[in-house]
Amino acid sequence: MKFWGYRRSDGTVGIRNHVLILPACACGSETCRVVASQVRGAVNIIFNTGCSDVAANTAMSQKVLTGFACNPNVYGVVIIGLGCETVPHKELREKIQKMTDKPVVSFGIQEEGGTLKTIEKAVRAARNMAAQAALQQKEECDVSELLVGIECGGSDATSGIAANPAVGEMSDLLVDMGASTMMSETIEFIGGEHVLARRGATPEIHNQIIRICQEYEKHLAGAGQNCRAGQPTPGNKAGGLSTIDEKSLGCIRKGGTRPVVEVIEQAARPTKKGAVIMDTAGYDISSVTSMVAGGCSAIVFTTGRGTPTGNAIVPVLKVTANKKTYHNMEDNMDVDLSAIIDGTATIQECGKMLVDEILQISSGKLTKAEAYGFSDIAVDHVCRFV
Amino acid sequence: MKIDALMMDEKDNVITCVREVKKGETVKYRNGDQECEITAEEDIPFCHKIALGDLEQDGVVIKYGEMIGRTLRPIKKGCLVDHTNIYSVPRDYESEMIREEK
Repeated sequence: MKFWGYRRSDGTVGIRNHVLILPACACGSETCRVVASQVRGAVNIIFNTGCSDVAANTAMSQKVLTGFACNPNVYGVVIIGLGCETVPHKELREKIQKMTDKPVVSFGIQEEGGTLKTIEKAVRAARNMAAQAALQQKEECDVSELLVGIECGGSDATSGIAANPAVGEMSDLLVDMGASTMMSETIEFIGGEHVLARRGATPEIHNQIIRICQEYEKHLAGAGQNCRAGQPTPGNKAGGLSTIDEKSLGCIRKGGTRPVVEVIEQAARPTKKGAVIMDTAGYDISSVTSMVAGGCSAIVFTTGRGTPTGNAIVPVLKVTANKKTYHNMEDNMDVDLSAIIDGTATIQECGKMLVDEILQISSGKLTKAEAYGFSDIAVDHVCRFV
Repeated sequence: MKIDALMMDEKDNVITCVREVKKGETVKYRNGDQECEITAEEDIPFCHKIALGDLEQDGVVIKYGEMIGRTLRPIKKGCLVDHTNIYSVPRDYESEMIREEK
């Protein structure tokens, strides 16, 4: 199967050709928003950190910023810093330039003499980049060049029995065609981690899957917190989820059944092809942020209750098997999988339909969140701001 | 075929109702290509589980082809399986690790 994408010099394939206006710190975010609004073809990110952080948090935010810049959907990057951020914009730019040969420029608001002067320069830079980006022709690419992130959020009782299994089927089909898929949300493996671990391609990967769950619980315990307390929630139980095992098994079904070839840390780039696991939070916005930084070019997002979330760099395809939700939030939902619940379509049929949908999205069809220009970002934190 | 419940895996001994089912109603579901049915012995709410056979006390409850818990008391065929009559079996991470060949 084929799609029309943008071939990058590092061998990856983008399905969009954005000029990314990237803040080096939270203080650059609003200026980035204004710059992006002035240039067709540009997208911006709202960033909540980049300053007043311990080293581990800084390392995480740097991984996300550089990962965004290197995402195959990005043609070029205009960085805007303030001038006193933890990692100065010039340093961030040099880091990105070592990782990729795409065009990158940077500006500092204090150096330029304020917001308006920065905007003037940054808009010119972005305009020139967008003009060049528009010249890049799409090429026919094989489905095996895709890396698709898999996410769930706002789940309900239909997620685990219909939407997640259908997306799991899609994942298996994609992997069988040589593509890669990425499942994340470690916290949601807990209770089903022993089952997920059996998908590990080696004993090491098996144990890594167990270990990331163990470490997550240890991390939360370090702050006196417990993620198992109250699981499943009273709402889960009322919705038919009787044990944490049942809840987690429903979650991990979205990752399919193929061998897990690699477990990577948050916002890292996979080194192997196939089904990959990224160790992230269960918080959907944060998990998507990390997977986009890890190089996913599209996200398939299952939901039961419905959510409008989107990402500026990567299209987020919203799928639900709850018919009421699909109709209630049709302006936010992309695919209706309620035929599984009605018995008029099987999980296998819906998995195939999702592969077709992802190929269309990859060839340029806009998801609803993308058409609205939605851009939700949450960078995970190791501990409090300082 | 119009179905009333989903079987997630052929090894499962429970199915999940995709509509509200009343006591005495016939519940239709698919097991692979096979069309099956069972009579509900109790009211089963939307997305709740129904036992496909008699489950003895401390019996294993299987959904997605995996154990989701054990029964707190015997559950009869056609009856509701939920958080009030099954429990999660405690496990620990260390015992789940397997030997890594060097």
